[in-house]
Amino acid sequence: MKTKSQVQINKEWDIVGARQMGRELAKEMGFGTVDQARIATAISELARNIYLYADKGAVTFEIEEDLNKKGLKIIASDQGPGIADLSKVMEDGYSTSGGLGAGLPGVKRLMDYFDIVSEPESGTTITTIKWVR
Amino acid sequence: MPEALRRIVVENSDVISKSWLDEVTEKRKSDYTSNISDALYHSTNQEFINVIFSSINRRGDTAEMDDFAERLINLGWPLSYITDGLQTFRRVTIEFILSQSDKVDTYEFSRILKIVEDWVEPIINQLVNQYSGSWEHTVSLQRLALQELSAPLIPVMDNITVMPLIGTIDTERAKLIMENLLEGVMKHNSEVVLIDITGVPVVDTMVAHHIIQAAEAVRLIGSTCILVGIRPEIAQTIVNLGIDLSKFPTKSSLRKGFKKALTITNREIVDLNDAKDEDITKMLDSLK
Repeated sequence: MKTKSQVQINKEWDIVGARQMGRELAKEMGFGTVDQARIATAISELARNIYLYADKGAVTFEIEEDLNKKGLKIIASDQGPGIADLSKVMEDGYSTSGGLGAGLPGVKRLMDYFDIVSEPESGTTITTIKWVR
Repeated sequence: MPEALRRIVVENSDVISKSWLDEVTEKRKSDYTSNISDALYHSTNQEFINVIFSSINRRGDTAEMDDFAERLINLGWPLSYITDGLQTFRRVTIEFILSQSDKVDTYEFSRILKIVEDWVEPIINQLVNQYSGSWEHTVSLQRLALQELSAPLIPVMDNITVMPLIGTIDTERAKLIMENLLEGVMKHNSEVVLIDITGVPVVDTMVAHHIIQAAEAVRLIGSTCILVGIRPEIAQTIVNLGIDLSKFPTKSSLRKGFKKALTITNREIVDLNDAKDEDITKMLDSLK
């Protein structure tokens, strides 16, 4: 069984909304405080990327259940300009907006599973999962 | 024709009111006003329908409606109560008019529709405007209130200043933090500034970036910035994100940061009791 919920990202304050929802879900699912903070931070990064680069998009939450483990799946998708060089954005310290350039590689380290699909001109979808330990 | 219709409707206001009240009460069962007492609900309904009729009767005199809406807003009734109520009123009125005339062709029907529409539309518009006006007012007040508590700077001692941050940091607030910080450092002539992030729920790269920039700017004008209030889970996420905070000192709590600030400004906390004891021992020693 999968539970789905979605937050649209249109303005800066929607990032807070997405984060709040993710944190609530994580709490309900029994993540510890450190993992809750990790999840909230990852959502914050993903949602902010949507807001900064694609203007609008959505963050979707799914509860993923495997045979012996349960996890929170977060999908951040947008129809923005896409990412030209995927290997470059996964490098630490690479940023086109003058930021720290730790966002995406940081999210990858914060979460257990990380996948990114991006087509230039048609958008980016990032899927991440954190398993309950 | 509109005048005739108006007369019919006003003359039969009792019948229309009754069917309106029935329908609204029926609708209520599954809805938002369930926590309002029955008596209040009925009296409000009664008043609402009276206000609608008096507005139709007086051809757009809105003073009474204004008054009524203001009271509803103050009591916190939902806007949907009013829009639902007016839509029900429109339907009930049209039904009543149609039931009065034995046969109606399409032309007549659309005319009746339009006339009733002309009565109800301005009322809906006016009420919705009044409601949204009151919301906008509230939102702008809250934004102002939020801005006021957004980045306070507290001079706790000569040369030592604390900036406690609470809540989410967005771009606008980050700017304010930077400005207040630099202005305050100059004004209070502070040597050390403590930025306390105990109340910041999430430190992502953007927040970290702004804090690093603020600290760097403080360093440029010759002061030291100490980041305090880093909770263990925040410390872990910062490490995971790979953010380099090694350029300026950090402490887990405001208390430790304050001690460090005292050391930097060549001061220390002295317990007066201990000092006295020491003095006495010294005196006794010297007597020997």
